[in-house]
Amino acid sequence: MNSPLTEKLFDLLKQVTGYIYPNEIEVHWGILIVVYPYLTGLVAGAFILASLVKVFNVKEVQPAYRLAMLTALAFLLIAPLPLLLHLGHPTRSYEIFLSPNFTSAMAMFGFVYAWYLMVVLILEIWFTYRKDLIVWSQGETGLMRWVHRVVALYSTDISDKAVEFDKKMVKGITIIGIPSAFLLHGYVGFIFGSIKANPWWSSVLMPIVFLFSAIVSGIALVLFLYMVVTPLRKEKIDIKCVDKMASFLFYAVIVDFSLELLDFIHRLYESEESIKILSDLVMNKLFISLGVLQVLLGMLLPLGVMVAIRLFKFEEELRKLLYFVSAILIQIGIFATRWNVVIGGQMFSKSFRGLTAYKMEIGGMEGFLMTLVLLSLPFIVLSILIKVLPPWEKPAKSTTEGGTMERTVIG
Amino acid sequence: MERRRFLSKFLSIAASATVVSGFFKRAVASPDGYDPKGHYYGMGIQIDKCIGCGKCVEACKEENNVPKEPFFFRTWVERYVIKKEGETSVQNIDMRIERSNEVFSEKDIVRSFFVPKLCNQCDNPPCVQVCPVGATFKTEDGVILVDDERCIGCRYCIQACPYGARYLHPEKETADKCTFCYHRITKGLLPACVEVCPSQARIFGDVKSSASPLGRFKRMNKLHVLKPSLNTEPKVSYSGLDGEVR
Repeated sequence: MNSPLTEKLFDLLKQVTGYIYPNEIEVHWGILIVVYPYLTGLVAGAFILASLVKVFNVKEVQPAYRLAMLTALAFLLIAPLPLLLHLGHPTRSYEIFLSPNFTSAMAMFGFVYAWYLMVVLILEIWFTYRKDLIVWSQGETGLMRWVHRVVALYSTDISDKAVEFDKKMVKGITIIGIPSAFLLHGYVGFIFGSIKANPWWSSVLMPIVFLFSAIVSGIALVLFLYMVVTPLRKEKIDIKCVDKMASFLFYAVIVDFSLELLDFIHRLYESEESIKILSDLVMNKLFISLGVLQVLLGMLLPLGVMVAIRLFKFEEELRKLLYFVSAILIQIGIFATRWNVVIGGQMFSKSFRGLTAYKMEIGGMEGFLMTLVLLSLPFIVLSILIKVLPPWEKPAKSTTEGGTMERTVIG
Repeated sequence: MERRRFLSKFLSIAASATVVSGFFKRAVASPDGYDPKGHYYGMGIQIDKCIGCGKCVEACKEENNVPKEPFFFRTWVERYVIKKEGETSVQNIDMRIERSNEVFSEKDIVRSFFVPKLCNQCDNPPCVQVCPVGATFKTEDGVILVDDERCIGCRYCIQACPYGARYLHPEKETADKCTFCYHRITKGLLPACVEVCPSQARIFGDVKSSASPLGRFKRMNKLHVLKPSLNTEPKVSYSGLDGEVR
C-alpha cells in the first residue's frame, strides 16, 4: 500500500529534525482546524461589539449594530463546517449531540453551539428585526413579502407595547449573550489549553487569550465590513461610528497583546522542561508566522498606527484609510495567531527532542483551496442575510412611531 | 389490592430499567468464561534486557493489522546513545526506515540502551477524558480500548496522549493504539510482543498478583514510569529507566 498519505509522510520524514515519536509524523490537525477557531473568534468578537450598543448604550456604534449581528450569524453558520470536513467519519458526527462524553471539552461543542445559535443569536436578531419585518412585508409584493412574513413568524403586532417588549427582550438576550459569547470562544481555547500533554497549548491563560484575540478580530472584521459595504451602498461612512469602533479595537488589542506577552514571559521565566524545544519551535518553525505576521504586522504595527491616530489629529480621510489598513493587518495577525496555536502545537515532538513539518496541500479536503472556500462562505452567507434582512433602515418605509426600534441612520 | 398494584408497577419499572440499562451498557466481546473483574493488567519492561531486535514491533504489526509503513505503531523501540559531551541521540529502531549511517565511536559514548514503548494503559487516561463521544474507554480489567464503530476520527485523543502512543488508522479512519492484544489476553494468552521477545524484556501480567512474573519483577526492581509529573498513572513500568528517556 503506497497511498498518497504515506507518500506524503515519507516526504515529510526528510524534514524532521532531531527525534520525534514515530506516530507524530502526521500532523493531525491541519489548516481546517486553524479555520475553525478563527471563524468562531469572529463570531464572538462581532457579537461582543454589537452588545456594547445594547448593554452599555454606546450610541456611536449603532449604525454597525445590525451588521455586526448578521456577521456573527453568518460566521457561526459556517463555523462547524471545517470541523465536520476534518472528521475521519463525518457521518458519525451526530454522536457528539446524542451521546456526548461529559468529561470531554470537545463534547460540549454541541451544547455551546446550539445554545449560542438558537438562544442567543437567532432570538436576538429576530426580536431586533420583528417590527421591521412586519413593516417591510406590508409594503412588499411577491417573494420578499412572503419571506419576510415567514421570518417574522406571521406576527403582526407592531403596537407600542409589543415593540417595547421586543426592545426589552433584545436587551435581556444581550445580557445572557455576552457570557455566552465568552463561553463560545473561551471553550475553544479550553480545548487546547486543557491538553496537559502539550506544553505549547497547556496554559490556563489560553481561553482568555483566545477570547481577547476573538474580540480583536471580531471588531476588526465589522469595522472592515462597515467600511466596505457603506460606500458600496453609496452612503457616507459615519466617522463617529468608525472612530468608536477603532477605539474599542485599540483597547482590545492592548489587552490581547498584554495577555500574550504575559504568557510569553511566564513561560520564559518558569523555563520548564519544554522550554528548549519551544524556543527552537519559535525560532525555526514559527519565525515568520509568529514573529513577523502575528506580532509585528498583526499587532505592533496596527497598535502603532492607532497610537499615532490618537496622538496626532489626522484628518478624516487619512484616519479612515489607516483604520482600514489596520483592520486588514489585524485579520492577518489573528489568522496567524490561530495557525501558531494549532499548527505550532504539533510541530514539536512530545519527546521534546525534535521538530516536524507541516505541508499544506493545494487541493483535497484539507487543502488550501478548501480553506479559501471555507473562508469565503461566511461572506456569501452574509450577503444573503443582508439581502433578506437589510441591516439598515429603508428610509421610505420606516415609521417613526414610538421611535423604539434601533435606527440605522447612515450619513 | 394496593400492594399488588404497587408490586406489578415496581416489577415493570425494574424490568424496563434493566432493559434500558442493558441497552446503554457497552458490549465488550468477551470469550466464554472470561471475567474481567478478576483482572487488572499491566506490563513491566526491563530496559537492560532489551537488545533492540525489533521482533516485538514486527509481531505487533502482524497480530493487529497495523499498517506496515513506519508512521503507524502500536509499539516501537527507541535507541538511546548518550555521548561524552552530554549530547543524546535517539532513533526509532525500524527496519523500514533508512538507517542513518551515523557510527558512534565507542570512546565517545557514555552509555547506550534500548527502550520499548507502547501505550501505557494509564489509570488516569487523558485520551479517555477528551474523547467527545466516549469511543475510547477503560475496560474493567484496566485496558484502554477504542470502539471502531463509534470513533468519529476527530483525533483529539491523539493530541491528548503525552506518549505519542496513538495514531489514526489510515484505512479505518479511526484512532488506533495498543490494546495489550486484548483479543489474546482474554483467552489467557500473552500479548504478541511479550510472546516473541527473545530476551524477556517485556513482562505481562496482573498488577495485583504477587505470585507471577510481573509481581516478581515489581519486587526485585526499582521502578519508574514515563512522565510521572503528568499524573497519568501508567500501568507500564520500567526498570533501569534512564533520566534521558521521555
